[in-house]
Amino acid sequence: MANELTGKHYWRSLDELTGTPEFREWLHREFPEGASELTSPHSRRRLLKLMAASFGLAGLISCRRPEERILPLAERPEDYIPGNPLYYATAMTVGGLATGLIVEAHDGHPTKIEGNPKHPASLGAASALAQASILNLYDPDRSQRVLENGRPSSWERFSQAVPNLFPAPGEGVWVLSEPASSPSLGAVRRHFLDRFPRAQWVDYDPLSRSAELQGARIAFGRRLQPQYDFSKAEVIFALDCDFLGVDVPSLRAVKQFAKGRHVENEHDSMNRLYVAESAFSITGAMADHRFRIKPSGAAALALALAGKGNGAPYWLDILRRDLEAHRGRSLVVAGPRQPAAVHALVWLINAELGNLGETVWFTEPPLPPSPQSVGDLAAALEAGEVKTLLILGGNPAFDAPADAELAARLEKAGTVIHLGAEVNETARAAHWHLPEAHYLEAWGDARALDGTASVQQPLIRPLYEGKTAAETLALVSGYPQQRGYDIVRTYWMERFSGDKERAWRRALHDGVIEGTAFAPVEVALRRDAVDAEAAKLAASLEGQSGLEVAFYPSASVWDGRFANNGWLQEMPDPMTKLVWDNAALLSPATARELGVETGDVLRLEREGRSIEVPVYVMPGQADGAIALEVGYGRRNVGRVGNGVGHDVYPLRTAATMGYAAGVSASPAGRRYKLVTTQEHHVMEGRPLVLEATIEHYRTEPDFVDQAVHVPEPESLYEHPDLTGEYQWGMAIDLNACTGCNACLVACQVENNIAIVGKKEVARGREMHWIRLDRYFTGDIADPRAVFQPVACQQCEHAPCENVCPVAATSHSPEGLNDMVYNRCVGTRYCSNNCPYKVRRFNFLDWHGDVPGVKKLVFNPDVTVRMRGVMEKCTYCVQRIQEKKIQAKTEGRRQIEDGEIVTACQQTCPADAIVFGNIADPNSRVSQVKKRNRDYVMLAELNVKPRTSYLAKLRNPNPELALAETNGGGHASMHGPAPPGASPFRILNSAEGV
Amino acid sequence: MADVVMDRPLPLDPPLVEGNPTYSQITDDVAGIVERKPPREWYAAISVTGLLTLALGISIAWLLYKGVGIWGNNQPVAWAWPITDFVFWIGIGHAGTLISAILYLFRQRWRTSINRAAEAMTIFAVMTAGLFPLFHTGRPWRAYWLFPIPNLDLSLWQNFRSPLMWDVFAVSTYATVSILFWYVGMIPDLGTLRDRAAGLRQKIYGFFALGWRGSAWHWNHYEKAYLILAGLSTPLVLSVHSIVSLDFAVSIVPGWHTTIFPPYFVAGAIFSGFAMVITLMVLARKAYRLEHLITINHLENMNKILLATGSIVGYSYAVEFFTAAFSGNPYEQFVFMNRVVGPYAWAVWTMFFCNVFAPQLFWFRKVRRSIPAMFVVSIIVNVGMWFERFNIIVTSLHRDYLPSSWGMFTPTVFDFLTFFGSLGFFLTMFLLFLRFLPAIALSEVKAVIPAPQPEKEGE
Repeated sequence: MANELTGKHYWRSLDELTGTPEFREWLHREFPEGASELTSPHSRRRLLKLMAASFGLAGLISCRRPEERILPLAERPEDYIPGNPLYYATAMTVGGLATGLIVEAHDGHPTKIEGNPKHPASLGAASALAQASILNLYDPDRSQRVLENGRPSSWERFSQAVPNLFPAPGEGVWVLSEPASSPSLGAVRRHFLDRFPRAQWVDYDPLSRSAELQGARIAFGRRLQPQYDFSKAEVIFALDCDFLGVDVPSLRAVKQFAKGRHVENEHDSMNRLYVAESAFSITGAMADHRFRIKPSGAAALALALAGKGNGAPYWLDILRRDLEAHRGRSLVVAGPRQPAAVHALVWLINAELGNLGETVWFTEPPLPPSPQSVGDLAAALEAGEVKTLLILGGNPAFDAPADAELAARLEKAGTVIHLGAEVNETARAAHWHLPEAHYLEAWGDARALDGTASVQQPLIRPLYEGKTAAETLALVSGYPQQRGYDIVRTYWMERFSGDKERAWRRALHDGVIEGTAFAPVEVALRRDAVDAEAAKLAASLEGQSGLEVAFYPSASVWDGRFANNGWLQEMPDPMTKLVWDNAALLSPATARELGVETGDVLRLEREGRSIEVPVYVMPGQADGAIALEVGYGRRNVGRVGNGVGHDVYPLRTAATMGYAAGVSASPAGRRYKLVTTQEHHVMEGRPLVLEATIEHYRTEPDFVDQAVHVPEPESLYEHPDLTGEYQWGMAIDLNACTGCNACLVACQVENNIAIVGKKEVARGREMHWIRLDRYFTGDIADPRAVFQPVACQQCEHAPCENVCPVAATSHSPEGLNDMVYNRCVGTRYCSNNCPYKVRRFNFLDWHGDVPGVKKLVFNPDVTVRMRGVMEKCTYCVQRIQEKKIQAKTEGRRQIEDGEIVTACQQTCPADAIVFGNIADPNSRVSQVKKRNRDYVMLAELNVKPRTSYLAKLRNPNPELALAETNGGGHASMHGPAPPGASPFRILNSAEGV
Repeated sequence: MADVVMDRPLPLDPPLVEGNPTYSQITDDVAGIVERKPPREWYAAISVTGLLTLALGISIAWLLYKGVGIWGNNQPVAWAWPITDFVFWIGIGHAGTLISAILYLFRQRWRTSINRAAEAMTIFAVMTAGLFPLFHTGRPWRAYWLFPIPNLDLSLWQNFRSPLMWDVFAVSTYATVSILFWYVGMIPDLGTLRDRAAGLRQKIYGFFALGWRGSAWHWNHYEKAYLILAGLSTPLVLSVHSIVSLDFAVSIVPGWHTTIFPPYFVAGAIFSGFAMVITLMVLARKAYRLEHLITINHLENMNKILLATGSIVGYSYAVEFFTAAFSGNPYEQFVFMNRVVGPYAWAVWTMFFCNVFAPQLFWFRKVRRSIPAMFVVSIIVNVGMWFERFNIIVTSLHRDYLPSSWGMFTPTVFDFLTFFGSLGFFLTMFLLFLRFLPAIALSEVKAVIPAPQPEKEGE
């Protein structure tokens, strides 16, 4: 029996030594003496003995050693506690520029992305795109293996082919790359170009912002990167520039801009924003004065503002006076759609306003210039000079300028090698397709706009065979280091000084490498050059007329790269609220002229190229201008994104990357169903978003109380006692919120919120727990827009609670309106009775067919809801509990103010959301709620919401407001609309305005 | 003397049963329906309704497999057709008990010919109605949690503040009492059927006749039980739809949150219930040639009730609008304006036409006594009452407080299948009732015809 265990074998008796069967039998019985007596029921002594023995043996169970190891870690790694998340700093790159991120990982896989407060491009915030990019990591349609002529192959086979494909001097070798600021990739690139001196290199980004750099080249003689500080600017004029949205790396801009919008009381000042733009952007929605111009009108305005043109509109002089009154504290910015000359003029204007070095300065550009252009490549392809074309990332067959006709010309190349994250349109045209690693699974580095470098560290081993651009280029060129980690580490270790290992660890820990930001460059304005360009620009404007189209990045799919990301496809466009589609945005007047309405398909033609796009009539769109979002209409991206929306790239040529004039439009005679999450766009005179001018606020600081004051009604019911230590509450500053959607996606990721698809959104079944209500006020052609983030208001007298028959939603002592999923039977009465309509119902099994790998994205702290149950915002109760547990284990009594942050609050670049303990009078949320702009929606219902809003303010120029009322044609807005002003205004159509 | 005259029919009153049939003739007429092969119309009807019932079954099976998303319900219209259908059917289920209980207590002797069928209709309507709240829940397999069964797993105790809980009790009590009332009333007739039947049929009828022998003691107990049940049912007639109306009135949804709902719903329920009784009786009396038992006078009386309740309903509509205008509550005002001129205005005008204007034709005696006219009007009223519930539910929900959340409701094919399927289920049950149970209360009808008695001397 136990022979194997011990060396010496002891025997008790001869019987045992001989091992007779009788003895074994005897030994086998647990109680050799007593067992036979068990049959006698009368022996009390024996019974007690047996009981004692049983209890004794029961204790032995705990002596058993575990037979299987249930954690696949023989030794626990340092700091790792199973079930507790770990956070790592990394960086995400879009358009070559990095945004620093902190990524949460559960048990070895990343689950949530947050901003890195130490990173200059993030400052703690993360954009909707960054938040959602984690889904791309787990995208089952992602490119998984090397393909050779469409058939599965391997990296080994490719490296065998490399010597033939890349002959020594590089004759006929072309590289088409996404622009990259990565210093280590730059080193590999230099090595590649040294090895193949005759190779040609093209950087291409369909959404390049290089016009402002070229503008600087005109104005200052050098290609320089402008850096802005919106927080110092008291008067800002955005010329066709959606700097709060898609037109500059916006997180930093929003943070800075919002500083000028956080108004504590009526004595505070506020910045003033003028916007002249064609499509209604979220920057336009924030504007104090918004002017509708055609895209080409920006040039005329820039010329006029620089004193070089005439025919300026009535408001330009007033604007100029306002800018001049704020010398050194103002800022004029132009958007990337505008030509270099407009940017040069803008630098001239800023220089004259004394803004250089104050609100705008220049540094070396983080992105190197592209030696060749896509046009050069197209010409070489046409001439048959391209033997090998290496495409590093991107999707040029889809998004290159239409006149380059790259998709067709790729056939003329000897061999096309495509490195990409998807087997996309370009991959289909390539001979070799190489899978590109996602940034969360590979090593790399990149610079932010200001030059600060970050190491991009992976959180998981590559799920498939992906490699980065640097690794691929290293493989092709025989770089000394081949693995991404070695490439990055070697590069930086050579550059660190002092304790290099410590510096490296610090860089990984912080997510930024200290001292890598570019220093400001002294610039001298070259007036002559600007004047010359201005003259050319003025000449080019002569005789321009007709319909114009402008191309915008999509807030959802960017240039098309996020087309297979369901979260982003279902994220409503901030302004139009369209989901799963792009559209041709037309002003009501232009639509009338063309005889089309929302849903009609429009055929746009220019220079023999044409596209067909459905119309969406958008209030606030400039007349005679059509806005098109690029990136939709992908054909080969994956199950989610294939065929979603309409491809508008075929209309976009190298000369018209920003906008194109002289476009002809005609109805195509078809209709197409566009789906929005908000069908009605006016507030019907209800006091939902309260708004006033800052002047009105100063004279009547209690304008909010005047609008929504109601005597406190009594409740019929007894309500739970809400006087405990922690009482959670939230305040949302409508004056800071830009409506950017970051909170919406952050919430979706944090809370495992399902996507439902276009058809179900059309039925009104979207699941977002927080939504950005967007209302228009004023004239339909030229309205103002306001945003209001609405999630569960956590009513103290929650109307949802008393109607639930099974008490599936009930109140916590901390004032949360809890939702108990496994109690819910799904009567949906709570949703009906919710005046804010924030409850979301699982009408079908939305999570039923989530592919295995996609399940890795779920937050393990949050239940994944099944069909038939109701769900809604919980104030991120899992985060509250986590911190409470943490405080308890650490033996603390009190949770610090600001320790618990909700997902929406955490990612908000405008810091518009404040969450905390309202029982603590000193907490930030209590302080904010004390401000006189604080109000709750629908106070008269006595539901006592825990979420309150700070009324929106505008800071119009009094001079201009006067001019507007004297015939400027803009709807003026002084003070909030009185409640119930137009209760009978009803739109007869289902669509609303 | 006035009180002497009260007990006997006035000479001017039309006879309650025409053709002066004898007891045995009545027995033959009514029991014969059950005993003979049903007419061809019966087979035609049940094949259609059976098919519809099958559609109901299929759509419920699909619903259990896929989820309530197969219907058009959405945010903000989380309740739509299913609850419309529920309230519609519960409303239909009001006439039976009213005719049986309230008219019994008021000694309205004309009720005898129609009460049995009306009660059966009530029960089937309540059964049909019960399907909807059950299957419209997100997780129907958990719907039993709405009953106060102690449940340790979830430490779940129901929330008695919720009107849905009240609903559970109101409807289940109503269903129980209605079934008892109907069954107890049927016992003497089941005895009659047993006595006329043979073999297995006799055993089955005998089992349900509970040993009825028609002794004086039996009649004594029977009459007492019937009276007690009538007394119990009477408040229920008023309570059920009052409670159902509270599902809406207790909420804070503009257009729902109104105190007129209980009486308004009860009136509407009686209105729709009588309309359904007329629809079915007109067909049944024709198919089974029962014109002498269910006379034109019965139908005219019901039409009078239709006119009265229809007018109450019309008045309620007016009061709702007045209250909204008078309240000064802009949300309330908006909802009512939205009803009459908003995107669902067609539905509300359909409702006004069907429920308020159509029954006004019954001011004319000629119309009241015209079979085709009353058939058409009763169908119109049924349609109108369905639209009333649709208007209350969908048009109130689709545009409430926050314009950002406004939306539209579009029914799916399953909404139609479920509704018409439920109609099929109801009618199938009714046809089976006609086939196997005495559709007219034999014993009660016999009590209202002149008893054979020896002529008194000197008269």
